[in-house]
Amino acid sequence: MSILGANNPAVAAWEAQLAEQVRAGDTHLITGAGSSRIGLATGVALKAPDQAWDYDASALTLTTSAGVPVDVIQSILAKEGQRLGFEPPNLAPMLGRDCAGTIGGLVATNASGPSRVTVGACRDFCLGVGFVDGQGRVIKNGGRVMKNVTGLDLVKLMAGSHGTLGLITEVSLKTQPIPEMIVTLVVEGLSEGEAVAAMSAALGTPYSVTGAAHLRADKNGAPARTLIRIEGFEHSVTYRTKALQNALAGFGASDVIWDAGENATLWASIRDVARFQDAMGDVWRLSVKPSDAPKLVEAVLPEDVIYDWGGGRLWLLTKPDTDVRAYMKAGHATLVRASDATKQALGVFQPENAVVTKISAGLRGKFDPMQKFNRGMMS
Amino acid sequence: MQMPAPNTDVLSRKPELVSKLRAVLGGQAVIDAPEEVKAYECDALAAYRCPPLVAVLPSTTEEVAQVLRICFEMGVPVVPRGAGTSLAGGALPTSDCVILGVARMRDVLEVDFPNRVIKVQTGITNLSVTGEVESDGFFYAPDPSSQLACAIAGNIAMNSGGAHCLKYGVTTNNLLGVKMVLADGEIVDIGGDHMDASGLDLLGVICGSEGQLGIVTEATLRILPKPEGARPVLIGFDNNEVAGTCVSDIIKSGLIPVAIEFMDRPCIRATEDFAKAGYPDCEALLIIEVEGSDAEIDDQLARIVTIAERHNPVEIRESTSPEESARIWLGRKSAFGAMGQLGDYMCLDGTIPVGELPYVLKRIGELSKDYGLGVGNVFHAGDGNMHPLILYNANKEGDLEKCEALGADILRLCVDVGGCLTGEHGVGIEKRDLMTHQYTLDDLEAQMNVKDVFDPSWMLNPAKVFPLAASTTRRGQL
Repeated sequence: MSILGANNPAVAAWEAQLAEQVRAGDTHLITGAGSSRIGLATGVALKAPDQAWDYDASALTLTTSAGVPVDVIQSILAKEGQRLGFEPPNLAPMLGRDCAGTIGGLVATNASGPSRVTVGACRDFCLGVGFVDGQGRVIKNGGRVMKNVTGLDLVKLMAGSHGTLGLITEVSLKTQPIPEMIVTLVVEGLSEGEAVAAMSAALGTPYSVTGAAHLRADKNGAPARTLIRIEGFEHSVTYRTKALQNALAGFGASDVIWDAGENATLWASIRDVARFQDAMGDVWRLSVKPSDAPKLVEAVLPEDVIYDWGGGRLWLLTKPDTDVRAYMKAGHATLVRASDATKQALGVFQPENAVVTKISAGLRGKFDPMQKFNRGMMS
Repeated sequence: MQMPAPNTDVLSRKPELVSKLRAVLGGQAVIDAPEEVKAYECDALAAYRCPPLVAVLPSTTEEVAQVLRICFEMGVPVVPRGAGTSLAGGALPTSDCVILGVARMRDVLEVDFPNRVIKVQTGITNLSVTGEVESDGFFYAPDPSSQLACAIAGNIAMNSGGAHCLKYGVTTNNLLGVKMVLADGEIVDIGGDHMDASGLDLLGVICGSEGQLGIVTEATLRILPKPEGARPVLIGFDNNEVAGTCVSDIIKSGLIPVAIEFMDRPCIRATEDFAKAGYPDCEALLIIEVEGSDAEIDDQLARIVTIAERHNPVEIRESTSPEESARIWLGRKSAFGAMGQLGDYMCLDGTIPVGELPYVLKRIGELSKDYGLGVGNVFHAGDGNMHPLILYNANKEGDLEKCEALGADILRLCVDVGGCLTGEHGVGIEKRDLMTHQYTLDDLEAQMNVKDVFDPSWMLNPAKVFPLAASTTRRGQL
């Protein structure tokens, strides 16, 4: 029986077949649904079971085959009034691809949306993982319970490893209740420095802010908007909205978006970086100290910018071939959208310090010594 | 508990080791007199003791690196030690080891409220981190019960949780960066004051690695704004199963309380005799705490009470003041002390899927009868992290062994129902040899591969976490 829960014959058969192929010497490009494809195709992965999951709503846990599409999981959870708390983004439209991501791809890229600023990233919601490594071993780690410190945490190591250690076959995830109400506080016309200060102030209040983003004025004449999201039971949201308006009064008057549909669309567009979808240019994703963000943006001079996570995550739209990393003293930047030549020249992932590079190479050497999975990725 | 035989070559080179350590640390930071190293012979799993060869107390990362370099060159195992509060034997020495304590590294290096982070040396206690930021309205969320004494170094090593992690997560969810020294003395920085580290999630695998991968000397931690207030409600039931169902219903309703604590009858009786908290005499008791403004708390408690009333509770006691809150928490907080009054006890730490609660409690009751040892249960019900307390008599021959056998049976039960051996205390030596019950040999091999990369000679915290048999060849490479 899998430590991740009920015996799942479809997943077990898939794992066994895959392990055999790997041992036989096949190389694989792990593409998930293809929304995050970065590497070079060296083979074709087997089709993962896309209908295998085990969901316990009263324990807030879900175990699923990595091949199940994210939107299928979201609709299963929604029926029980739950969701994936880290707000999985769908970057495919922005990347110009027509595909729906899988759970495996989501975890392999540790993809997280606006709520990450308070509730944590995808990796923080991963309770257990099963994978086939480059030695053809079927490995399980973690489990399906909320608290687990049994042995080394390979669940987090696999989350965000972009398939360079092995192919994720199943995952246990913590789920979250869908809040009764979502509202957004809007402050217009702040400079980017003021916006980050306002978001820091909001995130420093006890009012459980679950999203803090800032958008520049757009070409259609809409002013710059600083957006603060609050979620929960209606009674509580109403109270916290007023309290936050008072706390942020020094930054100017604020409006409130009460409409559920409008809130959902707004935060989905931030989550999916929809603003850059039809815009020309390279797209960079940065992780920085929020207070460093405005000066960095001023130095890079991007075509456009989205501040998320209170300024801790920046999405930059730049002229092609701009090397954003040249302006950074701390944090890191991933080149998410660019021509193959630019990706080749600048590298998709940020180079690491020498010791981390050595450790990471060592881990890949253990889990995938012959580089059978996603050769060349993340290096 | 079997430990590997000491390396006699290392034992014979003690004078050389001590003089090299003194040369880099100065006299007072190197403890080598047999009567003085005895202070480091155990942690909070006091049933097992072994004085180390030497103990050192460096003050800086550079000193830690120098110590590790010396030990690496001489082939001396190193056992890292935070505050020595491990309940799993995580800091138990071997007789041929150097204990490296971080107790003198307690500086706060940076407090940054706008970015909500604090950077500390890891010898600082858990509660001191909150102490540093609370006057500005912030706190550090993970709150193990030993938080007054335990060090951040140990919290990172064990990925410590606490009563409030249902809402705020455990250490790994609140750790942004570390400075760490590897077994050969190399210093590495991982992560920082931004939200996600780049590349492979090394931070994720370091947190909870029980001193197997390196010694963390500095940590960047997330701090959170303190809630406006918090209040609990106490609910008594005449049936464990009903109490378990009530917990499920609360969680399904969309409420995320900060804590849901569960006590069973043996534990309620013991705490009543000891602390006189005025708990109802019943089979199962829940303490559920929620946070927010007064009005928000009232609203959430009302929702909880509505759910609880559907399950015919024996008693519902909603706190309306700090005094009433303290009284409700009094019994829970004195539970371990109360059980201690009844005799020696061993505290277990398995986690189970919440839905298995009634069955597991019933089976623990049966096992307790079979072994003839009392067991009280007090635990974090919201996340299924159980703390069965097994009572035994340390002075009675064979009782400790019997207690350990019962403990192992209970932990195997936790795994068999889909849970795990340890939710927050760690494996240490205590659960080392049970690991094969939860993991296959390939699973364990994969975990040991990670140690192979960080600590190729297996010098750090030897003979812990992994079953002795599984790690023998690797340790033989010394």
